[in-house]
Amino acid sequence: MNEEKTPLWRDERFWQMAGQVLIVIILLIIISYFGNNLNQNLEQLGIKFGFDFLDRPASFNIGDKVITYQSTDPYSKAILVGLLNTLRVLLIGIILATFLGIMIGIGRLSDNWLVRQISSIYVQTLRNTPLLLQLFCWYFAVFLKLPKIENPLTFLNSIYLSNRGMDIPWPENTTKTWLSLALIFISIIVSLLLWWKRLKLIENEAKSGKNLLYIILGLSVFSLLILIFGLDWKIPQLNAQIGFIKGGLNLSPEFATILFGLTFYTAAFIAEIVRAGIQSVDKGQTEAAKALGLKSGLILQLVIFPQALRVIIPPLTSEFVNLAKNSSLAVAIGYNDIYAVANTTSNQTGKAIEMLLIVMTTYLIINLIISSIMNIFNRLVQIKER
Amino acid sequence: MLENIGINWIKKNLFNTWYNSILTIISVIFISWLGSGLLTWIFTTADWTVLKDNIKLFFVGTYPVKLLWRIYLSLAIITILGGISWGIISSKTNLFNKQNLIIIFSISITSIIISLPLGRQTGITLLGLLITIISSGIIGQKYLSKVSFFTKWLSLIWVITFFLVTGLIEGGLFLEPVKIDNFSGLLLTLFIAIISIVICFPLGILLALGRQSKLPIIRWLSIGYIEIIRALPLIGILFMAQVMLPLILPPEVRPDRVIRAICGLIIFASAYLAENIRGGLQAIPKGQTEAAKALGLNTPLMLTLIILPQAIKAVIPAIVGQFISLFKDTSLLAIVGLIDLLGISQSILANPKFIGKYAEVYLFIALIYWIFCYTMSLASKKVENN
Repeated sequence: MNEEKTPLWRDERFWQMAGQVLIVIILLIIISYFGNNLNQNLEQLGIKFGFDFLDRPASFNIGDKVITYQSTDPYSKAILVGLLNTLRVLLIGIILATFLGIMIGIGRLSDNWLVRQISSIYVQTLRNTPLLLQLFCWYFAVFLKLPKIENPLTFLNSIYLSNRGMDIPWPENTTKTWLSLALIFISIIVSLLLWWKRLKLIENEAKSGKNLLYIILGLSVFSLLILIFGLDWKIPQLNAQIGFIKGGLNLSPEFATILFGLTFYTAAFIAEIVRAGIQSVDKGQTEAAKALGLKSGLILQLVIFPQALRVIIPPLTSEFVNLAKNSSLAVAIGYNDIYAVANTTSNQTGKAIEMLLIVMTTYLIINLIISSIMNIFNRLVQIKER
Repeated sequence: MLENIGINWIKKNLFNTWYNSILTIISVIFISWLGSGLLTWIFTTADWTVLKDNIKLFFVGTYPVKLLWRIYLSLAIITILGGISWGIISSKTNLFNKQNLIIIFSISITSIIISLPLGRQTGITLLGLLITIISSGIIGQKYLSKVSFFTKWLSLIWVITFFLVTGLIEGGLFLEPVKIDNFSGLLLTLFIAIISIVICFPLGILLALGRQSKLPIIRWLSIGYIEIIRALPLIGILFMAQVMLPLILPPEVRPDRVIRAICGLIIFASAYLAENIRGGLQAIPKGQTEAAKALGLNTPLMLTLIILPQAIKAVIPAIVGQFISLFKDTSLLAIVGLIDLLGISQSILANPKFIGKYAEVYLFIALIYWIFCYTMSLASKKVENN
């Protein structure tokens, strides 16, 4: 055995290693160059890096807030208020956008010609114009153009629309309300479990599972009744003389704008995802299910949706992440989400880098949470190899 | 007979089941409510003088009036070249098939209608552009498609034109230079969008290749860059580019705002583009790489000749979608203080003379954005079908 050793300069691995080391060195040089400049520039401007400013009083007020906040509170609390505002938009926005998106997506596949055309125009218009422009439209051309509070638009004597925002009925914070909410929550979970069990019964034992269906129906009627009568609803009351609406929940025009804008914009994208998902299921599947004698409702539940969901969930995740990121556009219309608060803070204190770091980390964490939750869903619906 | 067909169509598409009938009736009510409201607003309430008075501002912003001929010349060059390319690409098919005729017809009708609110000059310009594009298309199909020089080097001609037109608009050399910071309106939007697209494309390819690379350091660096950028909101990155770029560069170098904005957009869009291209790279069967290696091609040649052309072709729709969203995202520059199409409409609306004309202005610029985005998506659909 005389194994000839390859010389170093002919060894591919050596060159790959050397190339990578070279890239790292170049990168380090660039970063240290930029860092050096940063240090010098900051010194010149007289700004010191550090997070101790967070304890100083913020001295600016925030219009929309979930928790109590005054302008004497520290910056850290202002940022927390902003974060809660972001989460509020996110949570409600994701639920509403998913709901609307699924409806429009199904509408695009409807066999009703008019419904198909309306959904398609909706999607083409909203997808092909910038979100920021849509937000400006909602804010300046819709919500601020509403009539004055003395003479608001009214629906069913309980929802008021005026240029001070939207007033809707809202349950009061009492034990009765919370108890009813807990009951509703439990019955929803039980119904979901029963629903899943019923599907399993149909799939594995070929039983109709009618009894379970009746129980679910009963539970939903029960929760609906509790929703209407169990909660301590406070219906807004208009006092036209002093221009004041008492009771209920007031959504500021800014909150309503960012919520409506994000919901309608994202729904257009979700609709396309849902449509593509349903269309991706082979036609033979429907035909085979029909040949087995399944009714059209069951075909959707048992055959189409489980397969469509596999295609739908991954792009849906990125759409939710997009919604989270787009919520930062709230700064343009003056809704105080975390980005807007950070913007104000960095303008007041000159701590732009620190605030950017805080905001960026927050968004990173929010997006990580969204994608990990969606990944759990994704694992649930993927094909289980047996 | 014809009547029967019509009634049958209505029966089949609108009233085939009871719930479809309900949907149809609801849709008709909705459409008539929306349509009548919109039409009365357009013809009675809306005041279109705001568009007529500011038409130059919308399109070219504060570009010097005595240099406007450069814009017209660039437009002419681009339309002629566009027409010729259209003719050459469809050299084997009919230039005026049904779809194209419909498009041409609707554009000419629109340009006539548009001259009512926008003034005669705009309509004439649009018609002139349409005629130029059609005639150069005919010339391209009849004569130039037989000249091999044109068919072979069409993409090269486009690249040269790109530099020619940017040079023409920016000035320099023997032309009077126009400062980039003075660009505004649609001109700025297009300028930023096109430059960002052109630069982020190679960067995206490099990042995608880096992510697929076998070298661990390069791979992890690419993954880190792509994932972090994709988790951050664009407005944060744009803000960072505006604030941080001057801080990390030496004090002598102060890039102007437009350059900083372009940097931000490139940083953002290249990460997304990289993910799109990665999808294409993953779609290429391994046999291609092996065959190229068996032919003795080295890695750069293999990538440029075999892998990348196929990978990019496979994901053209996704790439165009990315470009569309980049184009829409340029509207965010209005928040960081640039005067793009959205920014200039905000400043027009701030003029006391035009106060409150939100709906008119927003509708107009939404139409402009929509036309660009919709054309891009139509083009990508055409490429996909071919």
